[in-house]
Amino acid sequence: MKDNRLTVNLAGLKLANPTMLASGILGYSAETLESIVAGGAGAVVTKSVGLKPRVGYANPTVVQVDCGLINAMGLPNPGIDAFVKEICQAKKVLNVPLIVSVYGFSEEEYAVVSKKAADAGADALELNVSCPHVKETGSEIGQKPEILSKVIKKVKATVDKPVFVKLSPNVTSIADIAEAAAKAGANALTAINTIKAMAIDPETAMPILGNKLGGLSGSAIKPIAVRCVYDIYERVKVPIIGCGGIASWRDAVEFFLAGASAVQIGTAIAIESSSVFRRVTRGLDAYLRRKGFRNVGEIVGLSHRC
Amino acid sequence: MDYHIVANKLRTTQIQSIKAETQTVKTFTFKDKLCAKAKPGQFLMLWVPGVDEIPLSILDAREDGSVAVAVKKVGEATSALHNKKAGEIIGVRGPFGNDFTAKKGKVLMVAGGTGVFPLLFLSRKIKPKATKLVFIAGAKTKEELFFIDEIERLCGKENVVASTEDGSYGIKCLASESLELLLCKEKFDMIYTCGPELMMRKVLNLAEKYEIALEASLERLMRCAIGLCGSCVIGKYRVCRDGPVFNSQQLLEVKAEFGKFKRDFDGRKISF
Ligand SMILES: Cc1cc2nc3c(=O)[nH]c(=O)nc-3n(C[C@H](O)[C@H](O)[C@H](O)COP(=O)(O)OP(=O)(O)OC[C@H]3O[C@@H](n4cnc5c(N)ncnc54)[C@H](O)[C@@H]3O)c2cc1C
Ligand SMILES: Cc1cc2nc3c(=O)[nH]c(=O)nc-3n(C[C@H](O)[C@H](O)[C@H](O)COP(=O)(O)O)c2cc1C
Ligand code: FES
Repeated sequence: MKDNRLTVNLAGLKLANPTMLASGILGYSAETLESIVAGGAGAVVTKSVGLKPRVGYANPTVVQVDCGLINAMGLPNPGIDAFVKEICQAKKVLNVPLIVSVYGFSEEEYAVVSKKAADAGADALELNVSCPHVKETGSEIGQKPEILSKVIKKVKATVDKPVFVKLSPNVTSIADIAEAAAKAGANALTAINTIKAMAIDPETAMPILGNKLGGLSGSAIKPIAVRCVYDIYERVKVPIIGCGGIASWRDAVEFFLAGASAVQIGTAIAIESSSVFRRVTRGLDAYLRRKGFRNVGEIVGLSHRC
Repeated sequence: MDYHIVANKLRTTQIQSIKAETQTVKTFTFKDKLCAKAKPGQFLMLWVPGVDEIPLSILDAREDGSVAVAVKKVGEATSALHNKKAGEIIGVRGPFGNDFTAKKGKVLMVAGGTGVFPLLFLSRKIKPKATKLVFIAGAKTKEELFFIDEIERLCGKENVVASTEDGSYGIKCLASESLELLLCKEKFDMIYTCGPELMMRKVLNLAEKYEIALEASLERLMRCAIGLCGSCVIGKYRVCRDGPVFNSQQLLEVKAEFGKFKRDFDGRKISF
């Protein structure tokens, strides 16, 4: 049966299918999350939310390059106190797990925001320790194993919901960072966030993004993301959520074979719409059936046999 | 699958000409093959290098590849644009969003302030097909009644109802009040509206009361313009991708927000 083939248990969360909305793509309000679920997502991750409201950077905040998008939104968000209302509302209307993405400028901030999100009903938390373009948070935390461990331990001690940690590819060894995160108690690892990038306009010689530097997403980063998942799978036992450039079932299968237990989709929503989730899910189901697998879990990490 | 959204690639182009329409509005013309194919209601993102990138309705798009936008000076980016000279470089992405559905029959435009820009473009296209075209233009003062001469030329003076809040031109009242007076007397097949959201909300209420089909073009904060970032959401819709043009039915679905709240740069809901 189709349902059985696609279900996954991700660190205790039951997903009807292994596709999830990536953080920062829409994800501001309960209603938009609802429309993503209507498109077929098995779980949703909210926009990253912090302790205080943030307006983000000046436009241009998104620029298209030949093989993807570079964005420097600057983590615009209403702050956790205002966001709690959206979480409560989302919990009322969504029939899939709701994961709240959290960022902070200190371990205390990560813990406070996580606690408020969990109390409001988040089914799990995803710590954004990998945003490449905001100073003193994001990848500045995710690049340093000692600080990262402290953040995770503090959050784990504060909430009793599963804690995912979203890793940055902008490091020398993502497997080292993954190991530190797993040791500190992360229940799952999301790989990867965007890759530091920029675009310059030849006519004016100006960097295009308001913030000059941003993060690359989309098909350009898929091979890098697959390698990251592969590396992490070799080193740690916690489930991995693959993310980066997924737009088709083939892309998704590649991530499962590399070691991912679920996948997140972001940029492809701009090219298609939320229906991308259903298309990927159907293709994945057909693939599993054709190959004679009873559940998607059976292909996780298969490429490591060789 | 191809990752390109064709219209989303930033192109740089020279400003061909600049025309001062009033103290606060200038029209900018430039060449851009993609935006030259735009339909009334669609918008583009205009990059002022080093300053900002802002959404603008397309005022005109011609077969020779030239595109025009009218810009009101309100803040940093629009001021920087007003200070530019012909020959200087700007960037464009687009056209984005949907367009007005061009209805035949008796058509009514209700514009407020800068809302006339897309409606003037639509009027030019619709005029040859419409059996009657009436234009209600509202503004705070005479100086803010943009393109009124051209609208009067296009629709005929007798078909233009101008109203200003201070009475410096036309009737002294709100555009929505002019609309109510007109609808008591005459039946229309379609209302198109663009302007301040509070005005459009009143126009929607009247369109419902008199059972006339309506399309409204909405303004929200735009960042990505491709339906990804969530800055522009109203209810379940993304204004950049599902709009900016919405019909009555859609507007009623989001009536808790339409004319009531918009989202600020940090995503918080703020009331109008
Ligand atoms: C679909 C659409 C079509 C528009 N068409 C026109 C037009 O044809 N002509 C015209 O003069 N104006 C138009 N506007 C409004 C125009 O985008 C704003 O006036 C402009 O962004 C202000 O920029 P600023 O830096 O000068 O002002 P700021 O000082 O930055 O801001 C002034 C106000 O403008 C608004 N604003 C600022 N940035 C944005 C943004 N990225 N998106 C939306 N609103 C913003 C905010 O409400 C803000 O309070 C349109 C807006 C939208 C959404
Ligand atoms: C516009 C945009 C905003 C994003 N905002 C966030 C964010 O707030 N938090 C986060 O953890 N990742 C954010 N990301 C990264 C995505 O979640 C994802 O890791 C990345 O885009 C790679 O996946 P994709 O190629 O499927 O988009 C953002 C990406 C984009 C394109
Ligand atoms: S402007 Fe980004 S979703 Fe509409």
